[in-house]
Formats: sequence, C-alpha cells, structure tokens
Amino acid sequence: MNHFKRHLTALAVSAALMPTAAVHAGEVEVLHWWTAGGEARAAAALKQMMEEQGHTWKDFAVAGGGGEAAMTVLKTRAVSGNPPAAAQIKGLDIREWAKLGFLTSLDSVAEAENWDQLIPPRISDVMKYEGEYVAVPVNVHRVNWLWVNPDVMENVGVEVPTTLDEFFEVADKLKAEGYIPLAHGGQPWQDATVFDAVALAELGPDDYRKAFVDHDMDVINSEKMEEVFAQFAKVMSYVDDDAAGRDWNTATGMVIRGEAAMQIMGDWAKGEFTAADLTPGEDYLCAPAPGTTGQFTFNVDSFAMFSLTEEDDIKAQKDLARTILEPEFQTLFNQNKGSIPVRTDMDMSDFDTCAQASMETFKSSADDGGLVPSFSHGLATTSYIQGQIFDVVTNFVNSNNPDPVKTTDQLAAAIKSAM
Amino acid sequence: MEHTQRRPAGVARASSGLMDGLQRWLPKLVVAPTFLLVGIGIYGYMLWTGVLSFTNSSFLPSYEFVGLEQYAKLMESERWLVASWNLAIFGGLFIGICLLIGVVLAIFLDQRIRQEGAIRTIYLYPMALSMIVTGTVWRWILNPSLGLEKLMHDWGWTSFSFDWLVDSDFAIYTIVMAAVWQASGFVMALFLAGLRGVDSSIMRAARVDGASLPMIYWKIILPSLRPVFFSSVMVLAHIAIKSFDLVMAMTSGGPGYSTDLPAVFMYAHTFTRGQMGLGSASAMLMLGAILALLVPYLYSELREKRHD
Amino acid sequence: MTDVVRTGFRPSRIAIYGVLLLACLVYLIPLIIMLITSFKTPMDIRTGNLLALPTDWTVMGWTKAWSTACTGVQCEGVKGYFWNSFKMTVPAVLISTLLGAFNGYVLSKWKFKGSDLMFGMLLFGCFVPFQVVLLPMAATLGKLGLANTTTGLVLVHVIYGVAFTTLFFRNYYVAIPDALVKAARLDGAGFFTIFFRILLPLSTPIFMVSLIWQFTQIWNDFLFGVVFASGDSQPITVALNNLVNTSTGVKEYNVDMAAAMIAALPTLVVYIVAGKYFIRGLTAGSVKG
Repeated sequence: MNHFKRHLTALAVSAALMPTAAVHAGEVEVLHWWTAGGEARAAAALKQMMEEQGHTWKDFAVAGGGGEAAMTVLKTRAVSGNPPAAAQIKGLDIREWAKLGFLTSLDSVAEAENWDQLIPPRISDVMKYEGEYVAVPVNVHRVNWLWVNPDVMENVGVEVPTTLDEFFEVADKLKAEGYIPLAHGGQPWQDATVFDAVALAELGPDDYRKAFVDHDMDVINSEKMEEVFAQFAKVMSYVDDDAAGRDWNTATGMVIRGEAAMQIMGDWAKGEFTAADLTPGEDYLCAPAPGTTGQFTFNVDSFAMFSLTEEDDIKAQKDLARTILEPEFQTLFNQNKGSIPVRTDMDMSDFDTCAQASMETFKSSADDGGLVPSFSHGLATTSYIQGQIFDVVTNFVNSNNPDPVKTTDQLAAAIKSAM
Repeated sequence: MEHTQRRPAGVARASSGLMDGLQRWLPKLVVAPTFLLVGIGIYGYMLWTGVLSFTNSSFLPSYEFVGLEQYAKLMESERWLVASWNLAIFGGLFIGICLLIGVVLAIFLDQRIRQEGAIRTIYLYPMALSMIVTGTVWRWILNPSLGLEKLMHDWGWTSFSFDWLVDSDFAIYTIVMAAVWQASGFVMALFLAGLRGVDSSIMRAARVDGASLPMIYWKIILPSLRPVFFSSVMVLAHIAIKSFDLVMAMTSGGPGYSTDLPAVFMYAHTFTRGQMGLGSASAMLMLGAILALLVPYLYSELREKRHD
Repeated sequence: MTDVVRTGFRPSRIAIYGVLLLACLVYLIPLIIMLITSFKTPMDIRTGNLLALPTDWTVMGWTKAWSTACTGVQCEGVKGYFWNSFKMTVPAVLISTLLGAFNGYVLSKWKFKGSDLMFGMLLFGCFVPFQVVLLPMAATLGKLGLANTTTGLVLVHVIYGVAFTTLFFRNYYVAIPDALVKAARLDGAGFFTIFFRILLPLSTPIFMVSLIWQFTQIWNDFLFGVVFASGDSQPITVALNNLVNTSTGVKEYNVDMAAAMIAALPTLVVYIVAGKYFIRGLTAGSVKG
C-alpha cells in the first residue's frame, strides 16, 4: 500500500513537471497579416517549424488593409503592456518601436548565426537600432515587376514593353482588341505602387532616392516630378473603370484569366499565379516594370521582436528569430511567398526563373546603385510622410481632371508639412 | 450614515434612521459604478485625448506640448475638409431619408394591413446585421462589373449604368444608400410604435370634422409624435457617427479619400500613420461638433418634457 | 370591420400595398442575394447573374465556412469563433442590461441632486466614437491585468453599452406613475423591494428591447473585438474579416457569403423570433420618453 502510494506520488510529481521538464517549450505569439493564399501558406510553414522545435505557435492574424488593422491592434497591445512576441513591422517603423523601448536585442542570436555576413548591409541597417538587431528580415520583395499574360500578348501580337513609351504603344493595341491593358486595384497603396514604378522609371535611382528618402525639395518640386505625374496619369488611363477598391489579388486574377494583359505589382503577386498552378516563363511572364530594367525597388518583410518576461517564451522567441534565417525556412517561405531569400549565400537553383532573375538584379543593382527602397511600402520614409504621399497620389488618380503641375505642388506641400 | 448620527433619537428610531439613511444613499450607491465606469471610460479618456491634441505625439503618446499646431495643421489638410464635408452630407441625408422612409412606411403599415407582422420583420431585419456584413453585400451589389449593372446588362438593358461606387464624386451617396437600407426599418418600427400609442378618438373626432386623412397625419398625429422624432434622431445620429465599419467595409474611404469620414481620418492618423497628436485634434473637433449640435437639441427636448 | 372591407377596394389601398410590397423587395434583395450566392458553386457565381438561382444547389460554401475555411494560418473555419462570440456577448448583455435597469430606476424614481446632469452625460456618452477610446482603454485594461482577456472585453462592452440601456429604462420608468412608487414607500417598502415587487414585473417589454439592442450591438462589434481580444478568443466578426480577406486567386464568394450568414444568424434569429416583443417594448416605453 505504502509502496503504491509512493509510486503514485512520484507519478504525480513527474506529471506535474512534465510540461516544463520534457520539452523546453515556450509560446510565441505572432502578429501578422499574411492571410492571402501564398502568404498564409508561407506563415503556416513557419508555424510548423516552430512546432517541430516543441514550441507553441499562437497565431494572431489580423487581415486587411495591408496591415492597417494589425498596426492598430499592435499599438493597443503594446500600450496595454502585453505585446506579442513577434510582430510584422516594416522599414522605418522598426526604429520607431525600438526608440520607444519596446523591442529586445537579438544580438546573441545574430552573433551566433553570423547575420552580419549573411544579410546585405542595406537591409541589415533597417533591422538594427543603435547597432543592435531588433528585428529579423524574412525576405526581399521586388516591387517593380510587370506581370504579363503571354497568351493575351500573343493574340494581339505585341511584345512585353521595356520602356514607358513601349508600354503605351502596347497598351493602345491591347485596348483596341478589347483587353484591359493594365489590371489594377484602386486602393491607395496600389496606386502608390504603380506610382513608385513610374517615378523610378522617370527619375532614375538617384533622383528617386533624393525625392523619397532624403525629401530633397529640388527634386520633389520640379518639372521632372510634373513629368512623373503626367506619365503616371497616362499609365493609369489604361486601367478599367471598376478598379476602385479592388484587392490586388483580384486584379492578379484578371491577368490569370486573360481579362487583363498586365499588372504592375510586387512579386507577392507570384503567389497567386503559383496557387493557380501556372509556370513562370510559360503561363505567365515576369518582367521589370517598364523603364526600370536593372533597377530594384526593395520591400523587406520583417518581424520585430518585443521584450518578454517569461524565460521559456524568450527562448521560443530566439528560436523563432534563428529559424527565420535558416536556409530551409528561407527556401520554403520565399517559394511560397514569391519573394527571394534575404541571405545572399543561398542556392537559387530550386527557385523559379522569376526569383532567379530577381536575385540577380538584387545583387547587381546593389553594386551599381540601382537598388532603392520602396517608398510605397514603408522602406524609404516614415509612415506619416508615406501617408501624405499616398493621399496626394490617390487623390490624383481619382480626380476627374488630374493636373500634374498642381499635384506636384501639393506633393511638395504635403511632404513639407510632414517633415 | 452621517444623517443617522445627526438625528437625536432613541434606539428604535436610530435603527430605523439607519435604514432610512441607507435608503437615502442606496440610489447613489447603485448608480455609482456606472458613474465611475462612464466617468473614466468616456470623460476621462476624452480629457486625455484633449491633452494629446496639444502635444506632438507621433507614434505613441508623448507629452511635449506644441500648442495649437495640430489644429492648424488639421485646418490646412484638404483630406480633413473632405472628411468633414462628407460627414455633413452623409449625416444629413442619412437622418433625413431614414426619417422620411420610416414615417411613410409606418403610416402605410398602420392602415390595417394584412400580414403586418411579416412585413414589419422584413423591414426591421437589416438592423440585425453588422455594418461589416451590410458593407460587404452592398459593395458587391453596387460593384459595376459584378452586381446590379451586370445584372441589368444580362437582362438586356445594356445602356444601364450605375457606377457611383467607383466614382469619387458619388461614392459617398452609395454609403448613404447602404446605411438607409440598414436603419430605415428601425425608424419605421419606432414610428409604428408611436402611432399605436396615439389615441384613436383623436382620429375619429378629426374625421367627423371633415379633415382628410393626410391632413390629420400632417397636422395632428405627426406633431404629437415629437418624442419619437427625438428617439429616432438620437439613434440615427448615433449610427451616423459610428458608420466607420460601414465605410471601411464598402470603400475603405475610397476612391482616393472621397468617402473619408472624420472617424476614418482620425483612425488612420492615430493608428496607421503615427500622427497621434493630429488624430487627437481631429477627435476633439469631432466631439466638439457633436456637442455643439446635440446638446442644444437634447436640452430643449428634455426641458420640454419636464414641463409636460 | 365594414370599414376595412369598404376601404379594401379603393385605389389608394392598392397604392399602399404596392408601396409596402416594393419596400419589402428592396429590403429583402440583399438577403436573397447572400442566401442564393452561398448555395452556388464558384463556377456558377462567375457565369450566372446575381439573382439567378443556383444551377446546382450545394452546401459546400456553408460547410467550408463553418469548419475548413482559412482565417489566417488556421484553417478551421469560423465555428470556434462563433462560440467565442457567445462567451463574450451573453455576460456583457446581461450585465449592461441589469445595470441599465437599476440606473433607469434611480434616474426616474429616486432623483437626487445632479441626477439629471448625470443622465445628460450618459446620453452624450452614446455619441463618442469608439476609435477615440481605444488606446487609453488598452492602457487601463493593461493596468488592471485584463488586457486580452474575455473579461476585459466584456467590461469594455458594458461600459459603452450602459449608456443606451440606461436611456431605455429611464424613459420607460418615467412613464410609470410616480404615485405607485410613493404609495409603496409610505407602506414602508424599501429601494429594492419597490424595484423587484413593483417595477420589475412591469418591465418585460423594456427588458426585451434592451436585451435585443445590446445583443445586436455587441454581437456585431468588430472594433473592440479585434483590438481587445487575444488570438484564440476573437469573436466571429474578426474571423469573418480574416476569412473574407483570406483568398487565393479566385475569390470564393459562396464561402464569404455563407460565413457572413453564419455571423449574422444569431442576431437575425433574435430579430425574427423576438422582433414583435421589440416593437411592443418600444410602444410601451422608450418612444414616449
């Protein structure tokens, strides 16, 4: 009896210890807005890898509006003193969060894993605050892509345009044959994405940087900028009338189904083509946005890591950071999401031709200065200035008689007021 | 409790006095939690927002005061002007049309209609839906390439065109349409309830005097329903101010920012753009406007009632 | 009755019926579109028109929305969130209604100095846009240790619902003669005795109004749900938003519509089943102010 009792106690004790002793498991709560097809699969891959390491993944998806809702939630969570372990925060906002003291240093992981060697400096700069890593880059998106349905082009007998003038020519022919030349969704960030590409084509990388990174008024309030708006208006005139409010992936669907011929969108659009079982180079084409060959507008998704208190959760958080940059995850994730790995030492042979081309341009543009941060995706400027530019651009697109000269003045005024 | 002590009395009186004092304090005790919750949750937070509107809070609250700078910025912002103007258009049309439809349907339904219960439920049910659902459905119906326009084209009326949703000059009216669809049935219910409460002898007497039915409604019955107008306006104004969800689901403020409302503006600047000071200033102006419009109305209505 | 028969054939009667039926159609069409779309196949939706009946009726949209549709990384449909919503809505509705009843009772029958002012302040509280209170509320909940708990969410809903319930009950009780209360007080009845013995038995209609109103408001809330609920206790409106925004290439409108219907079902049932009490309650009280 006594023996049995002791045995029972031992059992109970070991059972009580089980959860902590057996696996050193923590919980990572991850706030993200990857809910569209390819993105959701990519996030699911990360979840699975974390679970394989014995951690619990608490999914905290807030869909909609390119992360606007998610940012609201994140701010209220932070204010309530209860932030998630990791949150999808981008570009210059990372610095803002770090400045307020919410983020934790990842230098222990970074040193052990040699991040400084793996990540190109232009990107690791964005991830650091006062020299310490506070966020992990997940991938590199190229924003200045043109997605093309080759069947439509063939039917009309036109080639993929490489300059804006060619684009207008091709688009006229497409329009004459009853196709929608440019698939587009009329949401402010999508308007800005197209504007981003046109601005790069017209201004070139140096002036682009001066305008959108340094906010040099000589470039912003110039005839060149007026020309950008004029060309932009012309590009947007090839969009169908019903674009207002359309989601980007719905627009991609129009290209897939051959209703529209082209779309200017970042390489996350590839996820939609992949989900429809299409092969790049055959069923669809990816080309640099007209006039931006050899140039690369980058957009980096990243997870910022918040300060936590529980030992196990911190362990899980560090594991998350490490896992994100491991080649296995980088391959799996980026193949699903359409982007390229953030590590430049990766073997790209498993990737499709678009991703390979993207990686090549990424490396070459880093050397020749054609690599610019995308303002439309928060890599170039604070969210306030970005928002001000969005307002001007989207108002221009939706105006009944767009006036490039007046709009250029408005742009200058808007940026000035936000600086 | 103080009252019991002040009262010079015997033991028996004291105990009943204790009860009495308790009775006196009970009502206040009962409303105290609400007062506390609302005091902090509404007025405390409003004050806090007011303080922030004078600071240069950007990403999260900070307390560096900059005077009226945020308000000046707001006045220069074209987007803010669009948003304010939109609220005036939206609020005015929404409340006006809902009242009109509500009154007409209620009067019609009060004419001893067969299947009144069923019809009433049909008018009322949109109120049960969330604005997100309403917005999603109406966005679909009004989308030119999916909804009504396509339907008419399929039916052979190819010249039919209804593209307000994607036209920046008209999109705000589509929001009005969806909102009216959702709330007018409720207004109808309020008025129907009011009409049922009207003494039928008034109607009979007026008829004997030879007044026509429309005249009776216009001259006698509707004026007597003033409290119903009051309740309706209260509910409708409440919905109009909170139409944030509807706008977000239908247009997200687009095309461009043509359907922006102050609440959307405030939300975007406070949470997405890291301009908490500016967002707070817009919130204060919004509250100020509500206060300026509502308080005189509330005051006159409530005073009136006390004199009755 | 002769009156009805006589008027039954007048052209004006026909016009009235015409208007009423037309209005029925307008109110019903969105619901009909939602319903028939939810039973269509995606193929059918693309080729057919908005009002056409499904060529193949299928409940695929419904089963998918309920149990397998993706809302973010999880692909378990909305069923879990459906119960979350109940867990949050039921206590919030009951507490805010009870508080409202007592407040209404005090503010109409036990007026004290400043009670009218308090009522006015509560009324104004109905009009504060909720976006304004998100951040300070989050900070407060964090200090109370209630951040991201269902309790915290219930508390938030009670705070911003109690203004309306108080308004309902106060206006209802104002219409009940003071003499009734005074007589009871002379008989020695206390505060609670009067409430439970005299007012409560008369209160069924206004309780219905308050319960229905609060249930609809809280069930349908998105903003507080998305901000104050943690990942696994999110209400269904948040799941619906995630689901509608989780799409792969071709939007599955049938699943979206089915999910929207599921999200709307409880409030619809409440309105259809209890709608007549709602109108009765409005007749009995709140409209007379």
